[in-house]
Amino acid sequence: MRPVIADLAKPAPPDDPVTAPFWAAVREGRLTAPRCRACSRVFLYPRVTCPRCLAGEFEWLDLSGRGRVYACTVVRQAAHPAFVDDVPYVFAVIELEEGPRLASNVVGCPPEEVVPDQPVEVVFEARGDHVVPLFRPILQ
Amino acid sequence: MAVEAVDAALADAGISPGDVDGIVRCDMENVSVMALADTIGARNVTFWADTGAGGAAPCGQIGLAVGAILSGQASTVVCFRSIAWATGGGVGAGRRSQSRAVGGHGSYEEFFMPYGLLLPVSTYAIVARRHMIEYGTTEEQLGSIAITCRQRANTNPSAQMYDRSLDMRTYLESRIISSPLRLYDCCLVTDGACAVVVTSIERARDCAKKVIAIRAVAQSSGANVGPGLLAPSLTRPSITTWPSASVADTLYRRAGVGPSEVDVAQIYDCFTVTVLIQLEDYGFSAKGEGGPFAESGAIDLNGAVPINTAGGNLSEGYIHGMNHVIEGVRQLRGESSATVPGAEICLVTSGPPPATSAMILRRDS
Repeated sequence: MRPVIADLAKPAPPDDPVTAPFWAAVREGRLTAPRCRACSRVFLYPRVTCPRCLAGEFEWLDLSGRGRVYACTVVRQAAHPAFVDDVPYVFAVIELEEGPRLASNVVGCPPEEVVPDQPVEVVFEARGDHVVPLFRPILQ
Repeated sequence: MAVEAVDAALADAGISPGDVDGIVRCDMENVSVMALADTIGARNVTFWADTGAGGAAPCGQIGLAVGAILSGQASTVVCFRSIAWATGGGVGAGRRSQSRAVGGHGSYEEFFMPYGLLLPVSTYAIVARRHMIEYGTTEEQLGSIAITCRQRANTNPSAQMYDRSLDMRTYLESRIISSPLRLYDCCLVTDGACAVVVTSIERARDCAKKVIAIRAVAQSSGANVGPGLLAPSLTRPSITTWPSASVADTLYRRAGVGPSEVDVAQIYDCFTVTVLIQLEDYGFSAKGEGGPFAESGAIDLNGAVPINTAGGNLSEGYIHGMNHVIEGVRQLRGESSATVPGAEICLVTSGPPPATSAMILRRDS
């Protein structure tokens, strides 16, 4: 028998100085990404140094929150008790308008209707003491 | 299990356990180096090391052993992997955290797990979907890989799936775990262990069994490897070419052979798509053509490059790819349950998309 995990809450971001500005902005309903002050590269996820030029100073850019589905999978087997009620759910990699890719869920439509290249926009889901960015289809 | 495997490997080689002076582990291994050294009765271990990550370890472990021997740090090195993910849980059972906060420390798990990316299968499912988008790969093509590995297992009495056949209809009717990947796209969970003894070619020629030479071994991260273990690889510039491609460049150059000279290959197969991408990255087919290549029969026993002749992770058992090393040796010794006639050169690969490793084995001439 495997141990029963009593905590049914979904995994949450940790207190991490490198990524804290991202999650703080999400709590305010803004999707942001660091932009390198040296080479202007906009990237996710937040890192200690720019992945292109290795400079270490950034400004936080407000993103449009729009993007397209780069690839997606419908998850049908919950591996964590907190996701049992969610299956089937769509885990997707979103290519944002500004270039970076971000993993998330696509919600607000039946899972089988999520298709590659579909336009999506960010929505914010409050989960107790934190907020996560999710995406929903942009209706044409 | 680790001790049993190491003792069996040493007995096979005709080397006394006391003579082992090097031990190399996988970074996810539960058995410590000194616990093993003490239990087998090693007189003096002078070299030990870990490598990984996880399934990327096995060929890298062999590489560390080779380096230790060539540099005089050890003379007889045991590389082993013991795993109990069938009964003990593990990655396949899902990553369950006691606390809500996950990730941090450069792992970037917090950008994946809150969205239910909890099993490796979903990372590989995204890769499979992307390969379908870019190249038109089909579910039947993935299925052909699962069926090929199963057919090899069906002649291997030691394989978990020895007595269970698989056809395309059963494959296509199996349940979706994380689309487009189905049950039979996923490897097994296994309790088991494998061990390999590495020593100098001169010492090996005095041993009991036919000598199999390590022609070349390579590890490679490639560019843009990214932080973290598995999921963050989904943000690389391309997710359908893996560090396997740069491993292949280094490996073939060191070995002085190319893919057309490989007679048989043991290709790490945690999922069917893992094989598909590597068929391309190791140069057996052009990029994007791994699906039609697999479906054509090229990976069958009589094909251009027979793969996973013991059944692989998909159908023999999941010893995290160390079973691929064992089968590579058995194949070239003529001890495989699915012998490829005249095979002299065998490619063995370890697990991508993390920075990974591979090697070329050759019959000693």
